[in-house]
Amino acid sequence: MVEGMGEGARGVPLSGHVGFDSMPDQLVNKSVNHGFCFNILCVGETGLGKSTLMDTLFNTKFEGEPTQHNQPGVTLKSNTYELQESNVRLKLTVVNTVGFGDQINKEDSYKSIVEFIDAQFEAYLQEELKIKRTLHSYHDTRIHACLYFIAPTGHSLKSLDLVTMKKLDSKVNIIPIIAKSDAISKSELAKFKIKITSELVSNGVQIYQFPTDDESVAEINSTMNSHLPFAVVGSTEEVKIGNKMVKARQYPWGTVQVENETHCDFVKLREMLIRVNMEDLREQTHTRHYELYRRCKLEEMGFKDTDPDSKPFSLQETYEAKRNEFMGELQKKEEEMRQMFVQRVKEKEAELKEAEKELHEKFDRLKKLHQDEKKKLEEKKKSLDDEVNTFKQKKTAAELLQNQAQQAGGSTTLKRDKERKN
Amino acid sequence: STDSFSSELPAPEELLEKAGGPMLDFSYVGIDAILEQMRRKAMKQGFELNIMVVGQSGLGKSTLMNTLFKSKVSRKSVLATAQEKIPKTVEIKSISHDIEEKGVRMKLTVIDTPGFGDQINNENCWQPIMKFINDQYEAYLQEEININRKKRIPDSRVHCCIYFIPPTGHCLRPLDVEFMRRLSKVVNIVPVIAKADTLTLEERDFFKKKIREELRANGIDVYPQKEFDEDAEDRMINEKIREMIPFAVVGSDQEYQVNGRRLLGRKTKWGTIEVENIAHCEFAYLRDLLIRTHMQNIKDITSSIHYEMYRVRRLNENNTMVAHANGIPEHHLTAHEM
Repeated sequence: MVEGMGEGARGVPLSGHVGFDSMPDQLVNKSVNHGFCFNILCVGETGLGKSTLMDTLFNTKFEGEPTQHNQPGVTLKSNTYELQESNVRLKLTVVNTVGFGDQINKEDSYKSIVEFIDAQFEAYLQEELKIKRTLHSYHDTRIHACLYFIAPTGHSLKSLDLVTMKKLDSKVNIIPIIAKSDAISKSELAKFKIKITSELVSNGVQIYQFPTDDESVAEINSTMNSHLPFAVVGSTEEVKIGNKMVKARQYPWGTVQVENETHCDFVKLREMLIRVNMEDLREQTHTRHYELYRRCKLEEMGFKDTDPDSKPFSLQETYEAKRNEFMGELQKKEEEMRQMFVQRVKEKEAELKEAEKELHEKFDRLKKLHQDEKKKLEEKKKSLDDEVNTFKQKKTAAELLQNQAQQAGGSTTLKRDKERKN
Repeated sequence: STDSFSSELPAPEELLEKAGGPMLDFSYVGIDAILEQMRRKAMKQGFELNIMVVGQSGLGKSTLMNTLFKSKVSRKSVLATAQEKIPKTVEIKSISHDIEEKGVRMKLTVIDTPGFGDQINNENCWQPIMKFINDQYEAYLQEEININRKKRIPDSRVHCCIYFIPPTGHCLRPLDVEFMRRLSKVVNIVPVIAKADTLTLEERDFFKKKIREELRANGIDVYPQKEFDEDAEDRMINEKIREMIPFAVVGSDQEYQVNGRRLLGRKTKWGTIEVENIAHCEFAYLRDLLIRTHMQNIKDITSSIHYEMYRVRRLNENNTMVAHANGIPEHHLTAHEM
């Protein structure tokens, strides 16, 4: 029957050509006049050929020089380009993760990526909640596809990859690809793909599945799903093979042709990403990832679905009010914490002062004791000195007497006196 | 495929100049495949169209709808009651159909308004209609602001309101003016001269001119509205239409043999009026406008202009200060009259 259409409709046959079969054309023409936009996020370590792959996919030279490896954190740089093919105008935005995987401590690497994706959702939500809004001319910056570049180690996923993909899988359509895959041999590649897929499954990472519900593309999409992750090679340089110029990478031992399906999966990626599923990627972003973000954000702000009879409040204002309230609460909490902190500091300070005072007192006491001791000792010393002096005096006096006696009597008497004295 | 177009294209430098920048390719990327992807998606999802018919009873509203959609889509055809009593007040009755043509599926809803203009005192007979239209906007808004909302919000908004003018040949009646003046602010109005086979060509042209003058004099903007022309090309096409409205139509679901062909028509003693013959009446123009060329545009104007205006009014109900801040002109605020 007719999908998604309400109850109560009956099917009636038409007795002639009415003409509403032109509706898809009318819709497409409107979109052509409007132009399309598509936003790709490339996540991967520096040097995995992200920029080159974008250049190869879209057959053009995007700006930018290769980034340095000494970035202190992960930043996201986005560039928008206007492309045109026949009558289709595409506003393509390519977002690159600069510095991903370069830091020594990579624990927070995923955070700036998540924040960026959320910021785009937030911007759209803000527009959607405005009272006077212009949704049909809004430049949609939400990320439609995330190409995750896996380093061609040939072994398994890095823990950074698993952690990052797990954080992103509920926010964006992830298409994992093996970068610079000409570094891996065919047999290793098969094993590598199996290992990656099983690791993703065992860690519960939801990657984007090409849709298989539409018969016209179900077959090709399900085949392609089994080829994930795509092993790609990018190149904008052309090499002459036979009588054609093809995009390739030339080595002394041979030439890797980018668009040769036996050499790499580049063609598959282009087919899936652009030629078959671009619209589905955009739709999934809007109906699944954005809706989830919106639902969580509104619930977080404390909104609930009101019953059908009540009037719709101005979502924008209440959203703003709730957000201010939320911020206000945060500020209050912050204030409280600060007060508490100040209080604690004061208390600690007081304690320390007390301790200091005690120490000073103790020191004073000890000092006094010490001084008293010193005084006593000095007195003792003095008295000893006095004794010594007295002794000396006596000695001198005795010697004097002896001398006098000697001069008067003779040396023996001195001896006898000495003996007598001893 | 990886075919290079380089043999057919001019030299790269020339292309560069034409493109006006370094963004150029002469090897197929496949961006334009998105058109096919969109078409596929549209075919899978199908379309919705809600048309309202307004006019006194006996003006051929049901027949015209059946003629437009070449099947029994009007309420009368479906319910097949022998005699329909004219209701005491204006009623709103809608009926939906699933129709399909060359793989394109559409849910068509025809909204009938029996009782309009049929009373002795027709004051405020537009009110139930206005309310119905606003109720559909309200339903859509309610669903849109839900936290858990449907993937595809069911669209019951009235995309187009066909207003049937009786073929008096003179000028619009006060009821016509009142109705169109009020409703043109909230919905796309397509006025038609009903049962036009009672007017000669000269009478018809005179009548049309008079009607257009009166519409202009009363500031009534019917579809296609001048202010919503998107670009010069649009304006050119729409100007031609604006010079022809209101279309003088004749409806019929009966086929007759004319010159060896079976055609929809009305047979009289003095000849057979061929409905789809533009020398006889303007039904084909109406059909082309509503269905074959401007259907998407009619829906777009409903959703991005009429609905948005309703939403602004609604969300501003307790907050006129915010309205001024957003620069909403006064007349948009007060258009919500009942």
